[in-house]
Amino acid sequence: MNTIDNSYTAVMGRKNEIMKASLGIDYDDFILSPVAFDYERMMQQTGYSHADIVRIQGETKVGNTPLYELRNLTAAVRRISEPGKGAVILVKDEAANASGSFKARRASISAYEAARKGYKGMIAATSGNYGAAVASQAAQRSLKCIIVQEVFDNRGVGQPEIVEKGRACEAYGAEVLKMSVGPELFYMLLLTLEETGFFNASLYTPFGVRGIETLGLEIASGVRERYGKDPDVVVITHAGGGNLTGTARGLLAAGCDHTRIVACSVDLSGLHMASDGDFNRKSFTTGHTGFGVPFATWPDRVDVPRNAARSLRYMDEYQLVTQGEVFYVTELLTKMEGLERGPAGNISLTAAVTLARQMDQDQVVVVQETEYTGAGKHHNSQLSFARENGIEVRRGDPRDNVPGKAIVIPERLEQVWGMVQDMDRLRLSYLKNAARQLPVGSWTEIDVSFLASDLKVTQDWVRQKMPDLL
Amino acid sequence: MAQIQAGTWVEIEQVILTPEQRAPSLPEDTRKVPYVMRVSGFLLEPAELGGDSRIRTIIGREMSGVLKTVNPSYSHSFGSTVPELLKIGTQADL
Repeated sequence: MNTIDNSYTAVMGRKNEIMKASLGIDYDDFILSPVAFDYERMMQQTGYSHADIVRIQGETKVGNTPLYELRNLTAAVRRISEPGKGAVILVKDEAANASGSFKARRASISAYEAARKGYKGMIAATSGNYGAAVASQAAQRSLKCIIVQEVFDNRGVGQPEIVEKGRACEAYGAEVLKMSVGPELFYMLLLTLEETGFFNASLYTPFGVRGIETLGLEIASGVRERYGKDPDVVVITHAGGGNLTGTARGLLAAGCDHTRIVACSVDLSGLHMASDGDFNRKSFTTGHTGFGVPFATWPDRVDVPRNAARSLRYMDEYQLVTQGEVFYVTELLTKMEGLERGPAGNISLTAAVTLARQMDQDQVVVVQETEYTGAGKHHNSQLSFARENGIEVRRGDPRDNVPGKAIVIPERLEQVWGMVQDMDRLRLSYLKNAARQLPVGSWTEIDVSFLASDLKVTQDWVRQKMPDLL
Repeated sequence: MAQIQAGTWVEIEQVILTPEQRAPSLPEDTRKVPYVMRVSGFLLEPAELGGDSRIRTIIGREMSGVLKTVNPSYSHSFGSTVPELLKIGTQADL
């Protein structure tokens, strides 16, 4: 008789063996200590060169997306800037990938790898565009696909964008396990991986992140070709960290050593991500601080033993914007630039408006993604849902936004201003989390060296902070 | 209650974890409700709404649960017009 224990504790206890079987990666090969691991060797061992990745992605309708100059928005920013200020704003139209977002880059290499290794199907646990991307890539590689998605609260109500994302997965032929609110999504993923023997298309494997590197390569060559220089700033919507990590790695591989990497998330501080009651009080389902901050300050909180997405390793600056500011800029993109696009890319576009205002006119700021929009995803749909759920929606000063209570849409472009996060505070918070894995007293040179690289700081910086962590 | 015919596209619901079985350290509102899954598929045998049922999903897996919806569909939309958005980016606003 089959006596497998499927209780929460038992399944979580089998995590490592389930992961090893479902990925074909033995993380023990790279791990150096409870904190440190050989990151670059892990990334290289995927065995794919950039030329391979470009070819694989070309087979399944991924990559070579247009890079547009937003002339009218740039002009509008210049009108409100100091003389000589107002950088050129570009946008990489990632909605043009199969399934409508940059996530196709991420899923494409996993799907190729799963097919190559002879897996019958692939599974991903996600409430984002990644589900649709995995489903679309799996379909093209003749793999079965299961998406495990957090969809509804205890009343059975799903935020319209989440519902749309689930619909898209089903449209591409996936089986969608629609779950109620809770972090047990990971338990459900493990259980399903074990039951099916499918490939784990985790967002956080080296395959997932390396697939995004082509986005950085394309931005570098696109900007150089048209403007004869490297991009000055690339602004990236930040949640789990893969988008930032992969894009920055691609830019660095292309030699853009001086391009400033700016992360941007929607400020949802005060809302609890595992709360059933807060679930439907968010107008953004990703790209927000509920993911962005915890993933930056401890990347290894994920469904693989070591996360390939390590945002602080590449991040120079982190901007926060309010929901109201993003909705305003989304509407400007539509009405002034003739592009109707979904929420994720518009988060970084909002930060780009703020950044461009402070940059010189001969500089270039690149918004590195867009995503598709439509029923459920559209900002009108979000605002209408928010209003029905008792959230105040009005025009005014965006500083009056209160996540979960009030969405204040700016009255004028001058009011789009965002807020810069303190990078050193984030880095210190990361070190505190590292100290929870391994007490500071036990950190070796290897740990200090790893932590310095992972935080884009010197080893001396890490050593100076160590006494405060004891 | 009327029987739903085998072969019909339906959605079932299954309690994966009861409140007592759920992960530790959940916020209070989440902790007191069960962890629930819904999934769609073709009904394998005739069943009643609200009764036990078995399905075959679109990728061919067999699953069981309480029959919840017949011919499940999507009705999410663009929402009711939000007047606050209308003038943004027009001559009237800039």
